[in-house]
Amino acid sequence: MTPELLAASRIVRRGQVLTILGLLAATAVYVIALCYTPMEMRQGLAQKIFYVHAPAAWGALVAFAVVGIVSILYLWLHDERLDLFAASSAEVGIAFSLVMLTTGPIWGKTVWGTWWTWDARLTLTLFLFFLFIGYLALRAAVQDRGERARFSAVVGIMGLVLVPFIHLSVYLFRTLHPQPVLLKPSAPSMPPEMLRALLSGMAAFTILYIGFVVLRYGLARLENLREGAGDAL
Amino acid sequence: MAEFLRLAFAIAGKDIRLELRSRTALLSAIVFSALVLVVFNFARDPTAIAAVDLAPSVLWVTFAFGAVIALNRAFYVERENAALDGILLAPVPRSALYVGKLLANLAFVGVVEAVALPLFVLFFNVSIGHALPGILGVTALATIGFVSVGTIFSAMVVRTRFAELMLPVLLLPFMVPPLVGAVQVTSKLLAGRPLSEMVGWLRLLTLYDIGFVTLCILVFPAVVDE
Repeated sequence: MTPELLAASRIVRRGQVLTILGLLAATAVYVIALCYTPMEMRQGLAQKIFYVHAPAAWGALVAFAVVGIVSILYLWLHDERLDLFAASSAEVGIAFSLVMLTTGPIWGKTVWGTWWTWDARLTLTLFLFFLFIGYLALRAAVQDRGERARFSAVVGIMGLVLVPFIHLSVYLFRTLHPQPVLLKPSAPSMPPEMLRALLSGMAAFTILYIGFVVLRYGLARLENLREGAGDAL
Repeated sequence: MAEFLRLAFAIAGKDIRLELRSRTALLSAIVFSALVLVVFNFARDPTAIAAVDLAPSVLWVTFAFGAVIALNRAFYVERENAALDGILLAPVPRSALYVGKLLANLAFVGVVEAVALPLFVLFFNVSIGHALPGILGVTALATIGFVSVGTIFSAMVVRTRFAELMLPVLLLPFMVPPLVGAVQVTSKLLAGRPLSEMVGWLRLLTLYDIGFVTLCILVFPAVVDE
């Protein structure tokens, strides 16, 4: 076993441990949400999906922000590991977006009476999702490793700059989505039990995000080693 | 600065000359835009929706599709006989190369739009006389925005498999802010609304242009340099 192989396998193992921890934490959040939070007065049971929907959205946004920031670092330092890390984060971001984009309409249909609406935040996240599908499609279409890294870093950075523009342009339409309940100047407008469940959900999804990314990153390192070994033969 | 512009114009001039001699890509892009307009005409019910309500979105979807077709060409011509390597070997700053390509693409997309706009007036029977200066202005603002992004993406996708498919997938999310802004401003112009209702959108479009042209100039070396 070469030192690189050892290092990569160690990263994979760490990722597995973190993922299991994250999954256990997510399970705990479901239990807390179902048994230990008060029933929302008008939305009833449907509101429970909030404890998955909002943390998944949080995870997706963190994932995409990480792609942009790591892409800047890549163009600066030209370290291949940064590129692999950005790609891993993009893949996890797509998984989290899918959770967000499926739980959202289920909730929306019950509460708003419509599956989808072209509201500012829905549109923004949908385009983020498309943007990162494009990012991964581009990666799949480029053969050369160095070229792939440079191209995807450029798209990652441009995506980071695009977000405020999409946000601005869709914000001018009237919005159906609930106004921020947590990050706003006044105190959070929900009972402490709900807030606790939401925050633990976000913590669980953050652990899950880190676990997935570390695991994926370790696998990407292993894939690279295998490709390298294939070239050497 | 004068030297920079001279080099940029030299690159743009080369592209425009090349296109004027072959004309294939330009003509196809124009015909494609005309076809989009014709298809749109069959997709609407003139008794249900007034042409003027639908017009801004039809116009801008046509412009967007025409631009994507036109942009595919930008670096395609450089692929044959490794022509891009020749340009990269010349003592031209990468930023001048980008600006030159951007200018050529703007001219190219501008021609497509200049043909599509009268066709649009003809097919949809919308009178735009009173709003024409405004429409030309907002077209320039929005076009600079998405062509600046499209230029850098066309330099990347030409090195990939399925280049013609990759460009729209990557570019369309970036076209959203300029397109939304342009559609909003165009419909307000056609309805004869006061300028104060458009200022926010115009600011957004200007900011987008400045932001993305600067960013593209900064990251373009990463796209072409090994």
